[in-house]
Amino acid sequence: MEYLIHLAILFAIYVPLAVSLNLVVGYTGLLSVTHAAFYGVGAYATTLLVVNFGWGFIPALLVAMILSGLLATLFGLILSRFRDDYYALVSFGFNIIVYSILLNWESLTRGPLGIPGIPRPEIFGLTFDSNLSFLILALALALTVYLVSAGIVKSSLGRVLKGIREDEKVLAIFGYNTEVFKLVIFGLTAMMAGLAGGLFATYITFIDPSTFGLNESIFILAMIILGGMANLRGSVIGALFLILLPEILRFVGFPSDIAAQMRQVVYGALLVLLMLYRPQGLLGEYKL
Amino acid sequence: MTILRTQNIHKNFGGVKAVDGVSIAFEPGKITGLIGPNGSGKSTLINLLTGMTAFDNGLIYIGEHTRLDHIHPYDLPDFGITRTFQDIRLFEQMPVLDNILIVITSRNVLGALFEKHKKYHLDIAEKVLRQVGLWEKRDCLAHDLSYGQRKLLEIARVLALNEDGGEVLHTILFDEPFAGLFPEMIKIVSETLCLLRSQGKTVVLVEHNMDIIRELSDHVIVLDSGQVIAEGTPAHALSQASVIEAYLGK
Repeated sequence: MEYLIHLAILFAIYVPLAVSLNLVVGYTGLLSVTHAAFYGVGAYATTLLVVNFGWGFIPALLVAMILSGLLATLFGLILSRFRDDYYALVSFGFNIIVYSILLNWESLTRGPLGIPGIPRPEIFGLTFDSNLSFLILALALALTVYLVSAGIVKSSLGRVLKGIREDEKVLAIFGYNTEVFKLVIFGLTAMMAGLAGGLFATYITFIDPSTFGLNESIFILAMIILGGMANLRGSVIGALFLILLPEILRFVGFPSDIAAQMRQVVYGALLVLLMLYRPQGLLGEYKL
Repeated sequence: MTILRTQNIHKNFGGVKAVDGVSIAFEPGKITGLIGPNGSGKSTLINLLTGMTAFDNGLIYIGEHTRLDHIHPYDLPDFGITRTFQDIRLFEQMPVLDNILIVITSRNVLGALFEKHKKYHLDIAEKVLRQVGLWEKRDCLAHDLSYGQRKLLEIARVLALNEDGGEVLHTILFDEPFAGLFPEMIKIVSETLCLLRSQGKTVVLVEHNMDIIRELSDHVIVLDSGQVIAEGTPAHALSQASVIEAYLGK
């Protein structure tokens, strides 16, 4: 049971990550591979404020989200000079920069040693000590992010984001300052990723830089491609699928000496097959 | 009175002088045909006028008081100008209806997030889509329309902007709206141009078909190699020796 709750919490942490990245990649068409950087900044900022400064969970999380958003705005200003493949490459670079800073600014982050002993969230005297209570908190926050995103997607703003994806120059002709829209959505989604980071840090109670590298960005990207671009429910399903799949493969019964490797192989092969036969993902409405 | 004019406007691509010192004024409330052989700079000129391409030097005047040495595309609706594209540029993976709504809904982030006037927007979209016969197709992706329907959707987009900001919009630039259309669709497009003229709008029409130019335009400007080589009424401009030479060679 604890094991299932653990998986459910992971799912609740990845839902905001996947949903927010889908707003950027699937709706707005910006192939960002730097989402884990904002996830990491959220995790580290929350942790440092709670552990070093004794802040409460809520104010620490809010400040961490704002920091992630500001960093994204800065990155977004630079990224606005790039398109398509170059955009992806530059965003790649940002993830590596943030990862390197987390790894090497040892006086602040303790580098590769990571930061242990992060307290579980405490809100109005209520401590989310047990995994079940944490799950409820995480699900509530994930649901909030989902509903905010769904609101954006259903509004005219969602239509504008898709317009940027389809033809940014033509959209500009019709009176939209698309740079502003891109910055806003990039900053906003980075805040959502920061929120997930704060949740992750206070759930695992230990963080180190390795969680927030390129691999993680690609993992989140895989969730939304698999679930389907420009479909929020798809992102939720993608997150569920990619969290459960490695777990299910544990029970397949590979010989124990090669089990770990075989799981990776099957996992990779399944992704390739899906892209071959359903390139728009499970529920996708948009092809890259 | 001028509504839109250029003064000695230039654009080079590498060593090619695509637009080479063009000074023209479009007559308000008239249809001006912009013609010339392929590569004469018609589309480039339209792109310069709409901020799609930055011009090297020269000035653009809009109305009596606005004088610009560069144009941000996103200012165009406020300047009262819009356009269509020769190579049909729609929001492909979006429904037909959304292709219209997007040009009339709020232009700022918060306004778009908390959109009001949904009924008003839908009414405009229905009206213009019915006008071009695409209302039944409103839920199709733009991508799935036929060539002619796609051209009409671009026209409808302009009409929607005209309905929404009717008093602001004064100039519409059509880049080859008739190319490749069936006769019944040509009729819809030419009716649209005449409708806009009857509303007092300034219409610029880039077109290769001389019959259409003769029939519709009040005034013709002929470009060749990025320069204006003739100007005047269709009958006058098209009979100039330089024009015939530019089209047919010596």
